[in-house]
Amino acid sequence: MAVKVIIPTPLRQYTEKRDAIELEAGTVAEALAGLTSKYQGLRKHLYNEEGKLRSFVNIYLNDEDIRYLQKDQTPLNENDIISIVPSIAGGQNLQCICS
Amino acid sequence: MALRLTQGHIDSIAAHGAQEYPNECCGAMLGVEVDGAKEVRQLAPLRNLRHDRARAEELLPLSEPEKESEKNRFLIDPEDMLRVERDARKRGLDVVGFYHSHPDHPARPSRYDREHAFPWYSYVIISVEAGKPGTYTSWTLQEDRSEFDQELIEVLGVNVPQGATAIAESRRQG
Ligand SMILES: [Zn+2]
Repeated sequence: MAVKVIIPTPLRQYTEKRDAIELEAGTVAEALAGLTSKYQGLRKHLYNEEGKLRSFVNIYLNDEDIRYLQKDQTPLNENDIISIVPSIAGGQNLQCICS
Repeated sequence: MALRLTQGHIDSIAAHGAQEYPNECCGAMLGVEVDGAKEVRQLAPLRNLRHDRARAEELLPLSEPEKESEKNRFLIDPEDMLRVERDARKRGLDVVGFYHSHPDHPARPSRYDREHAFPWYSYVIISVEAGKPGTYTSWTLQEDRSEFDQELIEVLGVNVPQGATAIAESRRQG
């Protein structure tokens, strides 16, 4: 299936500044594998040392989080759009460590 | 890279911080990269998903839930993020960074901020002391994730004393 992967701004430095990559894949896992073999610098930002998707990274297939589909085994249809969506979080120091 | 925004953007971030006090506020900044600077064109104030404990915990579990809450943590719902990114793309803009408040804490990034940041984005922090917005700063994460660098804030059309003072302070504090 021909699908498109949308790349968020901080990861575009690894995709030659491209904001969307088109490729052929049958599942979400295949699409991400294709993407990271073409753009190897992306790998460490998407996967941890055990080869699992990082918890700061969400993958959407069209409008659905793949967590609630069949995760990375979710099958793809022609013209599907996969979005890499970063989890944005932060906060402040729990105890004031200022001296 | 410097971050450019207008006084109106700064006022909106300050107002959002004051409105959410004593909780943390958060939002995305949409803009473009021009002449080696990120120029903000629009703000997207967002809900702090830490108010929805169950969903937040499912997306990004807390390590010390008895100490952590919406008062000292923020999380942006990926659904909101997806919507904001799509909206930005439609208008030829990008998400260039995010802002959040530090209620009763200085406008300096915490370790938790660093651990959860992505390179390239600008992270604006505004301190809100006893409900009143104070100092604001902007930071970008180094490529190897080891440290945040303070970023120059340029208020469009104005020479910004805040940015300069903040940078001098951070040097003094090491
Ligand atoms: Zn923070």
